[in-house]
Amino acid sequence: MIRVYTSSVIDASADAVWGVIRDFNALPSWLPIVMESRIEDGQPADKVGCVRAFRMRDGGRLREQLLSLSDYDYQCVYSILESPMPLTNYVATLKLTPVTDGQRAFAEWSAEFDCDPRDERDLARNIGQGVFQLGFDALKQRFGRR
Amino acid sequence: MQKVVRTAVIDAPLPRVWEILRDFNSHTAWHPVVAQSEIEGNEPSDRVGCVRNFTLKDGARIREQLIALSDRDHTFTYCILDADVPLERYVATVTLKPVTDGNRTFWHWQSTFRTPPGRERELTDMVGKGVYEGGFAGLRQYLARGRAASGPAVGSGETYETDAVVFERAGGPEVLKLRRVQVPPPGPGEARVCHAAIGVNYFDIYVRSGVVPAATPGSVLGMEAVGVVTDVGPDVTNVMPGDRVAYAIFPPGSYCGLRTVDAQNLIRVPEDVSNEVAAAGLLKGLTAEYLLFRLHPLKAGEVVLVHAAAGGLGAMVTQWASALGATVIGTVSSDEKARDARAHGCRHVIVTSDCRFAEAVRRATDGHGADLIIDGLGERGVSENLAAAAMFGHWVNLGNATGPITALSVAGLSDKSVTFTRPVLFHYTADPRRLGAMADRLWAAIRSGAVRPVIGETFALGMVAEAHRRLESRTSRGSLVLVP
Repeated sequence: MIRVYTSSVIDASADAVWGVIRDFNALPSWLPIVMESRIEDGQPADKVGCVRAFRMRDGGRLREQLLSLSDYDYQCVYSILESPMPLTNYVATLKLTPVTDGQRAFAEWSAEFDCDPRDERDLARNIGQGVFQLGFDALKQRFGRR
Repeated sequence: MQKVVRTAVIDAPLPRVWEILRDFNSHTAWHPVVAQSEIEGNEPSDRVGCVRNFTLKDGARIREQLIALSDRDHTFTYCILDADVPLERYVATVTLKPVTDGNRTFWHWQSTFRTPPGRERELTDMVGKGVYEGGFAGLRQYLARGRAASGPAVGSGETYETDAVVFERAGGPEVLKLRRVQVPPPGPGEARVCHAAIGVNYFDIYVRSGVVPAATPGSVLGMEAVGVVTDVGPDVTNVMPGDRVAYAIFPPGSYCGLRTVDAQNLIRVPEDVSNEVAAAGLLKGLTAEYLLFRLHPLKAGEVVLVHAAAGGLGAMVTQWASALGATVIGTVSSDEKARDARAHGCRHVIVTSDCRFAEAVRRATDGHGADLIIDGLGERGVSENLAAAAMFGHWVNLGNATGPITALSVAGLSDKSVTFTRPVLFHYTADPRRLGAMADRLWAAIRSGAVRPVIGETFALGMVAEAHRRLESRTSRGSLVLVP
């Protein structure tokens, strides 16, 4: 089991950041590498169990399922059903925690998965830097100063 | 039940913050409202179950018990056993998480408790603001202490030029030249250090003169320095910009104003140890540490023979060994140095300029001889050292003042079951954890006065040739320090 962990501090309240990321169908609006997304079977995007099918700018297609969503803990957990990446059992968690010392949010994005040991480094870097950190950078830019 | 949660981001890497917070008794050092604290029953302060008994600055007394501690999750939980404040069933948890984006630390502090009716607001404010927010501010201040008030103006990511002393070719002090060299920005795992003081060691003379081929001609000399971290590369968690640090490393390269080094080798210098003392004492002090605690764990009552007992290393070994209860016999080259050696703790001092001392050692010890010999003499001291050694004695050679030992007769050792060792400091310091433990013991010994690094003379970096001449002529006393 490989674990990737990326965290950052966003200069906005956890409520404000959560307003952007809680929508399971909203990746194209804040994650720059995602082109388009839809929720399968016309289900609501905050219905636990719903599946998002989305396309990356590089053409890759993924299907991910929402496993849990907590407005109380500012947390969402999802798994990959299909992807071009050579991995299995991928479960990711995106979570916010308010920083009471200043109007900021501590953001954590982590994932666990299985893969061929030869792919470990590349996958960990592509996911941790290429997706999670990229998303945090986009959020930091959206909410102003670092 | 009341619940209080406070969170903050601390501008320091997680291991740095955790190292402080995991010590359940550290709050006297950093929390502004804690006056005095002790762990009951002298238990270790990271033992789950231990109780800290403390007084607040307003006089209130509190007893708290550590009920969980995890170095894996960087979290601990504690409860109040009894207190002068009416917090009932108070259980608190501190959790640290890394902010990977920027190498900072997220600190989560929360508790649940009951209060007497009507006092909820007052007491949750006291806990949230007074204890938790006050603690955040206190720890920030504590981390800033011991850091340079005004750091050197070095922008990260850029290459800088600095003065450095190179040796043009193997030779005398005249081959030392001041040059401008480029200092690259720190890469992964590296830190850049702006030097404040540089220690001069006899080893530097061996390198300069070609006796020890540890560096190629044209490269920078010097094994140790003290300074301030200006910037760090990715993945550095043990130091941060502004930290005052020291290092003693191989290969050479410390005779300069600014240097990029592997951050694992950096040791943070305690507030109460000055730059000059650290530069005078680090390499020699770490050497004395492994000699007396690792290579030959010294026992009180043993006889130690220290050559050049008034020199930089000789003085520190003499001080430390005598503080440990050993009988120290020193050899020196002049009456003036004999006085110094006695002041360092030598019970007997032998003044000799021709490496004759065995007879005097045997006389001073009623024929017993030396259990441990710290030898920097080399070739010309071989037969006398063998003669001075006690039965089962341990002869440690780490210097070649009269030339390297070229041949050693095993039969000579077998006469008294003598052990001969030729150790190298950098083998002992290669493991960062061991290096940390060695440095901690050295700082503690300096603090207690057991070890007192003697700064003989301070030279400007450009006067390095003079410093070498002084050291080689055997007229220097104590350690020599260069200031860039």
